Formats: sequence, C-alpha cells, structure tokens
Amino acid sequence: MEIQRFDRLQETVYREVLPNGLTVCVLPKKGFQRTYATFATKYGSIDNHFKSLTSKNWVRVPDGIAHFLEHKLFEQPDGTDVFHAFSRQGAEANAYTTFTRTTYLFSSTANVEKNVETLIDFVQTPAFTDQSVEKEKGIIGQEIRMYNDTPDWRVYFGLIENMYHAHPVKIDIAGTIESIAQITKESLYECYHTFYHPGNMVLFIVGPVDPERMIHLVAENQARKNYTKQAPVERRYPEEPAGVAKAKSVLKMGVETPKSMVGFKAARVHRSGQDYLKHELSVQILLELLFGKSSDNYRRLIDEKLIDESFSFEYTEEHEYGFSAIGGNTEDPDRLAARLFEMIMAQKERPIPEEALERARKKRLGSFLKALNSPEYIANQYTRYLFNGANLFDIVAVLEDLRAEELEAVLHEHFDERAFTQCQVVRRA
Amino acid sequence: MRLVTEIIRPIEGITVHIVPTDKFKTLTFAVQFRGRLKRETVTKRALLAYVLKSATAKSPSTQLLQQRLDDLYGASLTSQIHKRGEDHILSFLLHTAGDRFLSETSTLAADSLELLAEAILAPHAKDGAFDEETVNKEKRALRQRLESIIDDKMQYANIRLIDEMCRGEAYALHTYGYKEDLEAISPVDLYDYYQQMIKEDEIDLYVIGDVDPDRIVGIIEKAFAFRGRQPVAHPFRFVPVEVGAPKTIRESHDVEQGKLNLGYRTNIVIGDPLYYAAQVFNGLFGGFPHSKLFMNVREKASLAYYAASRYDSYKGLILVMSGIEFSNFDKTVAIIRQQLESVQSGDFDDVAVDQTKALLKNAVLEALDSPFSLIEQLYRSVLVKSADDLDRWLTEIDRVSRDDIVRVAQQTVLDTIYFLHGKEGDPHGNPTV
Repeated sequence: MEIQRFDRLQETVYREVLPNGLTVCVLPKKGFQRTYATFATKYGSIDNHFKSLTSKNWVRVPDGIAHFLEHKLFEQPDGTDVFHAFSRQGAEANAYTTFTRTTYLFSSTANVEKNVETLIDFVQTPAFTDQSVEKEKGIIGQEIRMYNDTPDWRVYFGLIENMYHAHPVKIDIAGTIESIAQITKESLYECYHTFYHPGNMVLFIVGPVDPERMIHLVAENQARKNYTKQAPVERRYPEEPAGVAKAKSVLKMGVETPKSMVGFKAARVHRSGQDYLKHELSVQILLELLFGKSSDNYRRLIDEKLIDESFSFEYTEEHEYGFSAIGGNTEDPDRLAARLFEMIMAQKERPIPEEALERARKKRLGSFLKALNSPEYIANQYTRYLFNGANLFDIVAVLEDLRAEELEAVLHEHFDERAFTQCQVVRRA
Repeated sequence: MRLVTEIIRPIEGITVHIVPTDKFKTLTFAVQFRGRLKRETVTKRALLAYVLKSATAKSPSTQLLQQRLDDLYGASLTSQIHKRGEDHILSFLLHTAGDRFLSETSTLAADSLELLAEAILAPHAKDGAFDEETVNKEKRALRQRLESIIDDKMQYANIRLIDEMCRGEAYALHTYGYKEDLEAISPVDLYDYYQQMIKEDEIDLYVIGDVDPDRIVGIIEKAFAFRGRQPVAHPFRFVPVEVGAPKTIRESHDVEQGKLNLGYRTNIVIGDPLYYAAQVFNGLFGGFPHSKLFMNVREKASLAYYAASRYDSYKGLILVMSGIEFSNFDKTVAIIRQQLESVQSGDFDDVAVDQTKALLKNAVLEALDSPFSLIEQLYRSVLVKSADDLDRWLTEIDRVSRDDIVRVAQQTVLDTIYFLHGKEGDPHGNPTV
C-alpha cells in the first residue's frame, strides 16, 4: 500500500494496485457522516474504435454506446434494478458518462462496507437482455430530447463540434435517437468485456473509513473473481488536422435570450503527468486573468451590456483533446464574440500584470481548498488526474511555481487565431 | 449523541449561531433576513440581493470589491433568495478557505466577517439613496435573470404550475420578483426598503468552521453594528386550502420534449403530527429511484428519463415532474394518478417503506457534511420555531407506520396538472386532450 501525505492540506491518500490491476484509493475524512465512492472505467464516448477483446478485431461501435452501457449495468441478473439494493442499504447511487470516463457511485452514511461491495459487484455483473435493451431506448430517447431543449448544453457542445474535424469528441455523449437504435445486447457486451476489466478501472472511497480495512475488503472481493491480468486496451482515434473545422455556427432554438460562446482548440495534446497539470492550470489562470470578475475586461463587458451573471469560462484538457470555452447569455452574440476575441488578442501584446497574477493564484488556491470539502470533487478529480498520469494534490505546488514567462508562452500557443471558433444560439424566427 | 453543536447567542437584535467544527477546510458565514412574501416587496428584495453584494462604500464598484475578495484567497460573496411558505428569505453568504491552511493569513476570519458586514451595513449609498449607477447595473442583471427563466423549461414549468395552482396565495409570488415592477424602483425607494429590512426583519447569522466562538462573537459585536433594531416577529403560519376538481393547464412552446408537472395538496406542513409520515409518503411515491414514479413511469413504461416528486413541507405540497413525448400525456398522467391510488389503498410493501426511511435518514445525515446544507437544516428550526433537532428527526422517521402513510396518501389531492408541449404540427405529435 502506498501512502501519499499532503501535510499542508491535511489529507492522505492510501493507494494500492491489486493483482488483477484494479487501483483502489482511500481518502479518510474525519468528522464526516457520509462515505462517497466512485468506481470508474477509463472509457467514455470518444472510445468508439478499438480492438475488441471478445472478437480480437478492430471494431467501430454506434455513437452513445458507452452512455447506454452505463444505464444498462444497473439491471441485475434477476431483472431487478440495483437501486433497490442500494436503497435498502441507505445509499443513494448514480452514474455518469463523459467523453473519457464512465463513473458509478454511491453516497451513504450507513452500511458502507456492504455498499462498497454492491457497487463493485453490480458493475462487475453485466446482465443484458434484448427486451431490456429495447426498453432503455425509450428512456434514453427522452434524455436526449431533454438535452436538445437545453440551450446551454447545445451551445457548449455546438462549440466543441465546430472545433473538431474528425475526433469523436465532436459526437454527442448520449448519441442520437437514430444512433442508439443500432445498439444491441451483443454490442454492449463487446464494449463491456473490453473496457470494464479491473486493470482499466479505479475505485475511490472518501469518508470516515479505515483505509486498510477498505482496501482489504476490496482485495478480498476481487480475489473471489476470475480476472486475469490484461494488457491495456488498444484504441484508435482519427488523425485530427490542426485548426478548427468550422469558424462559426448558429443554432436556432425557441429561446428568449440568445447565447454566444467562443473557444480555442488546444494546439498540442498528449501531455501527461506534471506537464499536463501545469498546462491545464496555466490556461485556467490565463482565463481568470483575462475574464475573471476582478478583471478590466469583465467590467468592460458588463458596462457594454454584453454579458450578465451567466457569463463563464473554462478550460478542459484530456490526453486526446483540449479546449477553452467562454461566453453566456447576451443580447448581441456577434458583438460579444468579436469583443472576446479582441480582448484576448490585445493581451498578447501586453505583459502579464504581476499583481493580477498573484491575485489569480491566491484565488485558485482558495478555490481548491474549498473544493476539498467535497467528497465528489476529490473522488472524481483524483480519478480524472490519475487517468491522465497526474496527481490532483500536485495542483498546489504547480500553482505556486507558475511563472509569468511560462504563462506568456501558453497564452501565445493556445489563443491562436486558427484555433478560434464561435457558436451561437439565437431565437427561431 | 448530539450530531451538531450549535452555540446560539443574541447580539444587537440579531441571533448568532456558531457551529465550531474542524471537519471543513473552509469558513462559512451566512446572514439570513426573514420577511413576509408580498407583491409590493418581492422585487425590491430581489434587487437588494444584487445591489448589496456588488459594491460597498469603501469598495464602490464590483471590480474593486471583487479584487478584495480575490485577495482573501478567493472568498466568495453571494446572495440567495428563497421562498419558505409565506416567508421570503434573503441570504448573504461569505465562503472562504480556512485560516489554518494558509500560513501567512491568520486574520482571514476577521477580514471576511468584516467584509460581509460592510456589504450589508455600509453599502454604496449616500443621502438616503443607493448609488444610481450601481442600481441600474444590478437592475439589468436581475432583469436578464428573470428573462432567461423561460429558457430553462424545467424551472419554467415548475414556476408555471405554482402560478396556476396557488393563484392569489402569497406562496405564488415569484422568488425573484417581477420584471414589470423593476423599472419603477428608484434608488431612494430601494434605500427606504433596505432600511426597513435592516430594522424589522428577523435576522440570523451563522458561522461554520474551525473557530473560537468567543473570538468570533467579539468580531461580530464590533463589525455588525445593527442599531435600533425593532424586529417584527413572523410566526410560521399555514392556511389549509380546499381543493376542487383538478385543473388542467396547457401551454405551447418551441420544444422537443413535453414537461409534465402535477401539483398535489396534502395540507400537512412541518409541525403537523403527520409531517414525518408525509416525508415517508413522498419518498415512497416519487422521492427516490426505488419509488413508484421512477419504477412505473420510467422503468416499466419507458415513458420518461426523469419522473420524481418533491415535498414542500412549508406549504404542504407534493410536486411531481417529468419530461415526456407530447403524445404520451394521457398515458403518463394515468400512470402517475394510479401510483397515488395504490398508496392510498395500502398497495406497497414493507421493504419499500424501509428503503424510504433509510434514504430519508441518509439525506439528513449527509446534509451535515456541507456547511451550506447544514445552515439550511439548522435554519429550518428557526423558521418554524420547532424544538425538533436532527436526532429527533431520525427517530420520528423510524416511528412512521403504514397507517400513517396511507392516511397522508388519502389526504393528498390532485389540484393542478400543467403541461408544456410543442407547437402545432410538430413531428412528435400533439397532446391528445
């Protein structure tokens, strides 16, 4: 068992890789009532082309299948829903799928050991029938329609779609009503057996627990199952040309208030470890300097009546892709996009102000500390960083080391004209 | 065992609540203003939520105030407005990293509390009026918020159901006020209302974190110089409402998915002998994934992605929400109504009752792990002047019997069905009724 102590933050992570390849992490939280656990596989919507471990062939699977699989795993071999077992044990369970991960989770203040076992066992016991697969199509169909009616969702995913020529990050995570129609029991099993091997998964437990006891419990559980060590899954992603696929798109919806988002596609990806963490933090700090609530730009945009409290910005990076997204509600989508672009380009002509950098650094450190109140944040982000070869708790050290010259380099690389795109949602006439 | 240690002290006509705990990495301060919901004041109150957090006399612009907050390790100053029965609650929250993790800054707690006091008691105002520019800016922010509600169809449908169901009751008033009332509010009007609120509202201040209570009380006494307070007591009140034949309201928007909301009245509110049974009933009916609505609307009939109910214990309502194909309106309404009937006739097993109780207790205990939900829980007993603490809550839930649940179900009456659907000629079909 590896023990990682982060003295200044007063947190400790206990980590062990089991013989079958499963990584188990425990972070004890003294004084907390509840235990929160996630069981995540490094498998998301972008992993749609891979070497199948059942047929040994390279296969392309329908859009939305990772998310569909997430829904179907809740069904038990006896036809019941695992929610019932969790409810009996006083746990709230849930799951979600992103571009790169599928995560199953529970939160409970009682029966923690039982709930941990239930979490692992249900994910490791697939039971799909033709009938139940068909039935799920109606439910997920409504989930897709719900997102289609959500303008914030549409503008955000529309922006990503603009950026990418070929990479599957441009495809909706839940797929479309047409694409999920092609999903079968067999295709679900093929994905399951390829991506749900313990070697591709991480279990993270946060709560008032004894770490050694937890790790022992999980080890025993896994020893009872017949997993043999497996080589990493082979995945293929299409060659992605530099620059954006589309510089602008306009979506018409039944909205009262239009929306405008702009973003830049990361020029270079495939970073890992500290390098990855540093790059992600650098772009985030730059965005804070450019558009944070204490910035001159934010004040100007408010004064020009181009933004309101819905305005936000973010930068996300994963091994295969990365992008910034900036914007929100606005009465004048074209003007807002143009102003955001101008402001970013103007910053490239000026040095980064030291005082503002110190302030942004302090703010980010404070927000990281605040986030450590949240077991959700810790478990999900720790796992995300682990899948990218980095450590969540290194954020503090990397943050303290960031230098203005390094930020300038990132500023010039990321905010490149050819990587710029915008997406708008406007009123349907 | 007591789950929470709460130190309560009256200071200068306000009530201070301190929960010293080292489990959080943060310090959280909240000031809660409690007044009655009234059409004449809802919009002013909402506007104050914006104006007070945007500037102070000492930091007379949002940018300057924000720079101070950023310097306090990204402290956040936010405001929230809630409706609790007939009360309109305005809260100001300051949330910051805890001192002990930040080597150089042992004055963070005092600085944060002083800044919060400044926002509330030393606003950017002079000669009996708020700064006009600030008021105009924040009017725009509030107006934008009000205008964007219609673009969030789930939230919009919830509001519309209450509009129709509780027409004429104070509870139907919109939490964030009305666009048509906004323009007429002058910086003087707003300042007059602000002074009245500072003087007459019941005010509670919460402090959650690793603090020394005596030291914190000292800081509060100095920083929060409320003077001449004459609080007007607002005892919790509830007037039961008779329900006639259920109303059905339909509305058409440019959408792909229909939003179906059903409003039921139980007339059982917090403090009622059946209050705990109402909690269990709601959990059994639609509160969780093992509940009847989820099982039957989603899992069995495949009609929806979400189908759930919520119990508003200050108003005695059970509110059901779901998102469906337009053409499935009749079918879904029938299934939802059947689920209530099945509970009314005692058609539910003990396992489901146990599951529900386990999850209700879990939810209450989990709330102790976040400073914000902890404040909300503690404040509930202030609102209803109830002596029930969390320990009591847990035992009472366990005591709820099948008969109690059936009694609540039988008292639960459908009042209004609200359905937001697509336009004529839409490919997903039109409502059939």
